[in-house]
Amino acid sequence: MNDIETVKALKGGEFLIRETAADSVFIPEEWNEEQLMIAETCVNFLAQHVKPNLNRIDEQEEGLMSHLMDEAGALGLLGVSVPEEYGGFGKDFKTSMLVTEKLGAGNSFSVAFSAHSGIGTLPILYYGNDAQKQKYIPKLASGELKGAYCLTEPSSGSDANSGKARARLSEDGKHYLITGQKMWITNAGFADVFTVFAKIDDDENLSAFIVEKDFEGITLNAEEHKMGIKGSSTRQVFFNECKVPVENLLSDRQNGFKIAVNILNIGRMKLGGGTVGASKEVISQAVHYANEREQFGRAISKYGAIRYKLAQQAILTYASESAVYRASQNMEEATEMLVASGLDETNAKLKGTEQFAIEAAIIKVHSSETLDYVVDEGVQIYGGMGYSAEAPMDRAYRDSRINRIFEGTNEINRMLTVDMMLKRALKGELDLMGPAQKVAGELMSIPDFGATEEENLFSKEKKYIANFKKAVLMVAGAAVQKLMAQLGKEQEVLMNLADMLIELYVSESLQLRVEKLVSMRGEDGCKEQLDIMRVYINDAAEKIAKAGKEALNYFAEGDEKRMMLMGLKRYTKTEDINSTQARRNIAAKLVAENKYCF
Amino acid sequence: MKILVCISQVPDTSTKVVLKDNSTTIESAGVSYIINPYDEWYALVRAIELKESGVASDIDLVTVGKANTEPVIRKALALGGDKAIRIDADCSDPYLTAVYIAEYARNMDYDLILCGKESIDYNNGTVGSMLAELLDMDYIGFATEIKAEGNTAIVKREIEGGEETDSCKFPLVISCQKGVAEARIANMRGIMAARTRPLTVITPSVDDPLTSILSYELPPAKAGVRLIDPADMDELVELLHTEAKVI
Repeated sequence: MNDIETVKALKGGEFLIRETAADSVFIPEEWNEEQLMIAETCVNFLAQHVKPNLNRIDEQEEGLMSHLMDEAGALGLLGVSVPEEYGGFGKDFKTSMLVTEKLGAGNSFSVAFSAHSGIGTLPILYYGNDAQKQKYIPKLASGELKGAYCLTEPSSGSDANSGKARARLSEDGKHYLITGQKMWITNAGFADVFTVFAKIDDDENLSAFIVEKDFEGITLNAEEHKMGIKGSSTRQVFFNECKVPVENLLSDRQNGFKIAVNILNIGRMKLGGGTVGASKEVISQAVHYANEREQFGRAISKYGAIRYKLAQQAILTYASESAVYRASQNMEEATEMLVASGLDETNAKLKGTEQFAIEAAIIKVHSSETLDYVVDEGVQIYGGMGYSAEAPMDRAYRDSRINRIFEGTNEINRMLTVDMMLKRALKGELDLMGPAQKVAGELMSIPDFGATEEENLFSKEKKYIANFKKAVLMVAGAAVQKLMAQLGKEQEVLMNLADMLIELYVSESLQLRVEKLVSMRGEDGCKEQLDIMRVYINDAAEKIAKAGKEALNYFAEGDEKRMMLMGLKRYTKTEDINSTQARRNIAAKLVAENKYCF
Repeated sequence: MKILVCISQVPDTSTKVVLKDNSTTIESAGVSYIINPYDEWYALVRAIELKESGVASDIDLVTVGKANTEPVIRKALALGGDKAIRIDADCSDPYLTAVYIAEYARNMDYDLILCGKESIDYNNGTVGSMLAELLDMDYIGFATEIKAEGNTAIVKREIEGGEETDSCKFPLVISCQKGVAEARIANMRGIMAARTRPLTVITPSVDDPLTSILSYELPPAKAGVRLIDPADMDELVELLHTEAKVI
């Protein structure tokens, strides 16, 4: 694709207007020996401590989850990415993502782990002053202290900055007195330290406070009865004139909303890793069951209907994983560049993360919806046993559902994806206008009927992806032009645009991964991965076409609409592939290996 | 006390064995390797426990294998070894393996040499006893418990229908099985330290195996389970007689 620049170091959101070189992306097939050992430790930890106790965990046996966190802490798993000066192991973001992925197969435990090591630890690590970090981080990294995060309130969920919790300075000026009600607080039942968000007096924005459980004025409600993740402690926390020393104000006054948003960006990305790990586990269980279960004299894994499901589970999971680690690497590189330019490491991490907030939202949506597909078909593959609480699919099915809700609902994340992209364009950080106009110009010109570039193994897919970018630019550009300020309120259109962006980003991440993998292993060693790529991108073209068409049919009209619909058809056109045979090939590998194996 | 733990690399237990070269070789492509569980869970972990309790001062690890065994050795270092020695040889003959290790260990003043009761790939179970003979050390096989009391090892081992408790002065060689210790998980500190712990490669001076493998055979595929109606004893008897030929 000659008209789109290929870059090595991609900035956040730039995937829409630039090409990425395959050798610049990180792919999970590149884990080094040490990282693989860490992954194995996670797998062994789940096998030894978590899997045999899943029922006891879900029954919330007194002290059990806290004990498991202690065990994880003793192995060092709670401090993987905490700097060594604060008692951690100073590993990079990708490695902490790998830990999140592997522990993601641990059902409720993975929620407790993620809440502690993510939203429970990172606000203090990233925004705390040195005294705060010295006091809390080493103990959070070891598991001696358990962390929780109090943002959501009964009347403020997605609209987090509208919380009613208030803080006021005590008369002697030594304490903030926090009053308010927080709900859906993960780990509340056993947490020692809470990051609590409240507005000081009549401030416009939230502030954040480090609150210890033994401070006066904290009451916990009973455990919530939830659909899934039953072993995760979830309670309401009431603060009644809770006395918080003034030195426990985290960062500056009114900086809380920024903290909340930035920590959520990391949380969304991490949710991607966790759900990929859960998906792989469910696929392995489903393949194993399909190989064991016989009907009409044959294992059900021999039937095409089951093979389709197994293949599709693997295709979506492999694609999601490609995006997770591509973005993780991008965030790390952005952070390194900011450090190189003179920024301190903490702020560099925050800015690096913020830069990839669009990708984080995309990953959150795609990976959580992938897991929901995987568990749904997992139940189906198990048939009657899938509906039995004695088989693992029951728990997996219920536990999965929350991922589309917390860390910002998928609807909020879809809207954010588009909103952030357009805001960056308006600020001049991302030049969408130029490429969008180019596409608009191309619509008027004679279509490109033939390939002029040299054909190679990936030229078709690269061409498709370049065209997907044009499709998004065309529909998004027209939506901005037609709907202008009204676009923010046209949520259905925003959903359409987000779906197009998500499919584009994941398709490209997958294509780049497979291209790099082929360069490492050769074509013969990547047959199934090539099938995965072809099927996924073929399906993505249809999804992008459908979403684009829905949007155009809403806001465009007349000749312009006809022209854009024709353009959309052109930009989402792919050659027919034998997707049935491709899925059979993928399933055959899964069935032979008796587990998720890509 | 200086302890030497013998570590063997074996294919992961879920490996699907594929034969090649007219069934004389096992295909190694696509096989993932682990530390032989008897070496890891019992021998190595017990050595670590003896060090943690102050009985032992040094834990050395030794393996016989080519460079591709190094990830497994470093995994063992991550669990708790102080240093490792790789004897650079591709060897499936237990006698030669014992000769190689003995050649290395002869002048190293080890008080205790621990190994698993067998490796789970070739299942010979003879390296420990041959090593003891070659080093002129005492040997206790198939231990289920190992304690150190002064200069004496108190070792329990399973015997037919019961258990015996042995006493033997150091130095000695012990092969270990279930009961000696509980499996451990490598922690982050150990994993990171494994990179910096010394791994020395030595070349053996002899090469004269007593055995060589002529060919392998895979076990016959398991027949499917046939369910017979409990009320139909005649069919059961018929099948046991005509198909299973056991009555």
